[in-house]
Amino acid sequence: MTGLQISDLSMRFDLPNGSSIQALKDVNISLNEGELLSVLGPSGCGKTTLLNIVAGFLAPTDGQIELNGHRVEGPAAERGMVFQQGALFEWMSVRENVGFGPRMKGMKPDEKRKIVDHLLDVVGLQEFKEKAVYELSGGMQQRVALARCLANEPDVILMDEPLGALDALTREKMQGLVLKLWKETGKTIILITHSVEEALLLGERLIVMAPRPGRIHKEYRLPFADLGVGQDLREVKKHPQFAETREEILSMIWNMEEEIMGRTEGTDA
Amino acid sequence: MTLLGELWEELVEVLLTLVSAIPYVIGYVALILLTALIWRLVKRVLTPKKDYVSLKTVTFGDESAVVSNNVASVVSIVFLFVLWGAFTGSKLLPGFLHAPGPFIGDASFTYTVTAADGATDDATVAVRVYPNGADVEDITIEPGEGFAKNDAINIVAYRSSLFRVDENDELGREDEAFITAVDGQALESGGSVAMDFGRVSMTPRGTLNIYPSTGWQMEPIWLPPPEAVWSRLVEIADTGFRNSTLWEHLGFSLFRVIVGFALGAAVGIPLGYAMGLSNWFRGWFDPIVEFMRPVPPLALIPLVIIWAGIGEVGKIILLFLAALWIMAIAARSGVSGVRISKVHAAYSLGASKWQIMRFVIIPNSLPEIFTGARVAMGVCWGTVVAAELVAAEKGAGMMIMTASKFQNTDIVLMGIILIGVIGFSIDMLMRQAEKWLVPWKGKG
Ligand SMILES: Nc1ncnc2c1ncn2[C@@H]1O[C@H](COP(=O)(O)OP(=O)(O)OP(=O)(O)O)[C@@H](O)[C@H]1O
Ligand SMILES: [Mg+2]
Repeated sequence: MTGLQISDLSMRFDLPNGSSIQALKDVNISLNEGELLSVLGPSGCGKTTLLNIVAGFLAPTDGQIELNGHRVEGPAAERGMVFQQGALFEWMSVRENVGFGPRMKGMKPDEKRKIVDHLLDVVGLQEFKEKAVYELSGGMQQRVALARCLANEPDVILMDEPLGALDALTREKMQGLVLKLWKETGKTIILITHSVEEALLLGERLIVMAPRPGRIHKEYRLPFADLGVGQDLREVKKHPQFAETREEILSMIWNMEEEIMGRTEGTDA
Repeated sequence: MTLLGELWEELVEVLLTLVSAIPYVIGYVALILLTALIWRLVKRVLTPKKDYVSLKTVTFGDESAVVSNNVASVVSIVFLFVLWGAFTGSKLLPGFLHAPGPFIGDASFTYTVTAADGATDDATVAVRVYPNGADVEDITIEPGEGFAKNDAINIVAYRSSLFRVDENDELGREDEAFITAVDGQALESGGSVAMDFGRVSMTPRGTLNIYPSTGWQMEPIWLPPPEAVWSRLVEIADTGFRNSTLWEHLGFSLFRVIVGFALGAAVGIPLGYAMGLSNWFRGWFDPIVEFMRPVPPLALIPLVIIWAGIGEVGKIILLFLAALWIMAIAARSGVSGVRISKVHAAYSLGASKWQIMRFVIIPNSLPEIFTGARVAMGVCWGTVVAAELVAAEKGAGMMIMTASKFQNTDIVLMGIILIGVIGFSIDMLMRQAEKWLVPWKGKG
């Protein structure tokens, strides 16, 4: 069986004061190979927790994850991760960062160089390859992070708000790049984002999660990612269904946030 | 109660000393402000530079607008040397900048003796004040007429001298003849008369005490002029001090620091890594490290002397201990400070534990370790000098301690300056090394 199966996943954090937080409850997701899933949801609904479990950094309290038929037990090179920011190795140059995965595998230097050169071309950083990563702008750093992840040829790419720290324009450009890379490489991708637009533009499938306990609230299958490939993303946004879906999801999340506020502050808005 | 009283007395004494320093502090601050004003006027005359800071309208409270003014630094250092030179009569300064020096040369005064029958007679006292260590000839004088006879005396500069001028007189105290005036001014026991060259007072028993003026300058034995310190440096660099050359003294101190620090780092860094990576090690060593860290290394000197004697081993153990805890703590916080997303990224890129250690944890901890090393080197340098003050055959600290026992203030000053210069150079070197070796410091 290929693809990623998340079955009956639950996660409970026991706090030192004796109480516990149900971060995830009975989450089921089945992803085919090559699908791009965006995950939306109000803050604290367990998106990062979900991704950390898939990556293998956390063991769930219940349920299991299978990738291509075998069970996920811990972190491995088959599941690459792109973090929001600050996960590059600042003691290495751009080239060394991108070549990190192949180097860990013990790949031969010329083979590694070929891969690195190719990926730096893809993300457009060829002329910066000898630079230190802290000399690059935020957008360039995220391109390095993407290239570093791709250099390892993972089956699944997990992204936790990879574009969250970028300014709007850079972000738009990077969305185009992610879309292009996804189509070209045919990787399975889970993308967590706070931007409804981004989730709609990039996600072939979309999950909206609800908090307390973290669970899947609604699932969508979207046409925009396919439309967006090779096209100006701004054109896609003019699609009538785009605006409609966006409004629907926005008010859904808005209501959830409202409910959380009401609950924590003890007042009714 | 008595303890409180004692503390109170000490406090009062300290405060009084401080109060007496206030006028000087005010003067110093006034001078700083004055030079600032002068510099501002000078700058207005020069072509104004339109850099970013000069265009800021709000500079007060803007930390980035405050940069060290190099002119002020130069003026401040020059001023220190001028002060030093002025109050030591340095030959490097033109004479008009000198504070008034002690009286040197010949002077004289007369004294009047009144005999029991009321008869008076005058005699002259010739005074020759000469610098310490200079060859001096006695003044030849004629005894003169009358029952009071002339006298002559040589006095070393900065000293005073009791002088029984009436000892050679025909009528002395035993004849009820007493000195009643000096230079025509009446003088009684306990009183004193001001002179051009100083003053003359009379003790309760009627002996004259001659005080040539000491001026405002410091006696070389307390504070030698800069050139004396420099020539002492040249001399010691050439001939050595206490059977060792200057370079041996400094070299021994440096050697101890480097060996002690290297051993401390060699043990402390792995210890810190172990504490940062394992609960058990952290639990095991936390109490020890946290207890030993606040113990000043100097407090260990007596114990180290008891256990290891005053030889090299004892000193190196001391420096090892001084560096050990600092390095362990630096390495520990370097490891704990690694951002979890970097470790996660490395794991999901397929790195093994050993690879994470080598490619993530160690490089990530290097900036912290360098900071620790800088602190440790500073502490070691201070500790070695202090340890050598207590007991050593060679070393910078031993040099100044021995010199101070013989009142060789010039050697003490020279030693202090050299110790400062070396400490400063060590820090500069460490900073430079840090720039080269961990350029990513603070860039994560
Ligand atoms: N290590 C932990 N210990 C205890 N509670 C945790 C831990 N990690 C997460 N939680 C809790 O689990 C819940 C989900 O957290 P998570 O970080 O997955 O949310 P998120 O959806 O990623 O939020 P955001 O959008 O703000 O990133 C939160 O209530 C959080 O407080
Ligand atoms: Mg999150």
